[in-house]
Amino acid sequence: MQKESNIESIAVIGGRGRDGAPEPLASIELKMGDVVSIVGPTGSGKTAFINDIELLADANTPSRRRVLINGRPASDFSGSNSKHPIALITQHTNFLSDLPVHRFLRMHADIRQSDKGESVVQETLDFANQLTGEPIIETIGMTELSGGQTRALLLADAVVIGNSPIILLDEIENAGIHRTKALELLHGFQKIFVFVTHDPRIALLSDRRVVMKNGAMQKVICVEADERRAAQEIKKLDDLILELRAIIRNGDRVGAALLEERLHAIGYQNGVKP
Amino acid sequence: MKVAIVAGPPTSGKTTVIRQVIRRLKESGTRTAYLKIDVQYADEDETIRAEFGIPTKKVYSGDLCPDHCNVIVLGDALEWAQKAGAEVLFVETAGLCLRCSPYINNAVGIVVLEATSGMNLPRKIGPMLSLADIAVVTKIDLISQAEREVFRANIMAAAKADIVETDALHGINTDRIARWVAQSADVGGELLLRGSPPVGTCTICVGKKEIGKEAHFGVLRTLDSDLFYRGE
Repeated sequence: MQKESNIESIAVIGGRGRDGAPEPLASIELKMGDVVSIVGPTGSGKTAFINDIELLADANTPSRRRVLINGRPASDFSGSNSKHPIALITQHTNFLSDLPVHRFLRMHADIRQSDKGESVVQETLDFANQLTGEPIIETIGMTELSGGQTRALLLADAVVIGNSPIILLDEIENAGIHRTKALELLHGFQKIFVFVTHDPRIALLSDRRVVMKNGAMQKVICVEADERRAAQEIKKLDDLILELRAIIRNGDRVGAALLEERLHAIGYQNGVKP
Repeated sequence: MKVAIVAGPPTSGKTTVIRQVIRRLKESGTRTAYLKIDVQYADEDETIRAEFGIPTKKVYSGDLCPDHCNVIVLGDALEWAQKAGAEVLFVETAGLCLRCSPYINNAVGIVVLEATSGMNLPRKIGPMLSLADIAVVTKIDLISQAEREVFRANIMAAAKADIVETDALHGINTDRIARWVAQSADVGGELLLRGSPPVGTCTICVGKKEIGKEAHFGVLRTLDSDLFYRGE
């Protein structure tokens, strides 16, 4: 894995919540290799939080937060024509190009890492195909990809070709990609990943999570051994839900007996684990 | 007085960018004025006057190309803004064919491009971009990182302009534009266009609708020939 930037950490220095009061959590520092989730009810300011990072806020957004890179003001890093160190994948982010997948990726690779265009394109496709149900066909147009394939490729492209040191993902669980696999793959990269999420599986597979409320950072929760164990059970339940989804997608019925049988198979009886 | 001329395709966010910059200049106590040059409809002069309480004006270019109109009226506009007590005049022109560069010497030339308009746009528009001082890229949150980077690389290949990526909501990075404008030189002496915009008034522009070279005067060509001239 090549190392492109010399960013070691970013810090978000708290501003004020929607009520104008200082944020209860005064600051949070994220180091290379960290996987962090941002949780909280809808409207609590999760998306605004990652937007502040993306914009390298300097007390100039409504939250008045400041972003530091390696402990210094981020403005030192956002020089006019230098590369932006952050990739943001929102729910609106999309590919607009109708170029064939392979040509599109190759074009991006050539402007980023001209010396090894073809190998990073293949690496990107391999990464994306581990996250999707149906593999991506290299010769079809970018705009013909399914929603899940598009999210998978957006992520793979930002991680592998873009090689951005900081990657922000807004509610990727809605994309229909393989989440556990995604977290597993991402943990192998020395980058900072920030997930805005409502998904317990993503939150518990992160290292830490920031809790938002009323536009303000409330606290940080580190995922510890007990939660990791719970995460294993949640994974089983979540896989069961995915299995039920597959049954319904196939045009079959889901009955009480089938549900009981499946619950039993993963160790649950009468809704309780013995 | 300082002048900033803002060009760019329709709906690219020119007015939004100007509003963000005017807001910042106003906060630092700078008196601004705003002129909009459009073809047949514009209400930005009213909305900006209502929002900031600054002198504004609009000109409809009608059958003239708006950038052509800009060349003709800008001298008067400078006088108007000067009399109105402005320290900075913003001129927003609605480019039509996007081959023009309405920028003049000493004034700050700003092109506003939307990231959603396709990665190759910077390679297609010529002097509107290549002669600009600042290229502002809007709507960056709607496209993939890949397209954003290719868009940026294509701007850098086409122009030496300072690139400012911004969002409509907060106008982040528009601080840089405000600083640039505030620190720019005053316009003075003979005002000259930076490049020659292809705004020649032709038979088609003035309303002749017949198809075929036989019906027209001026600079013509056949399908296979070079340009030739017919007329006085």
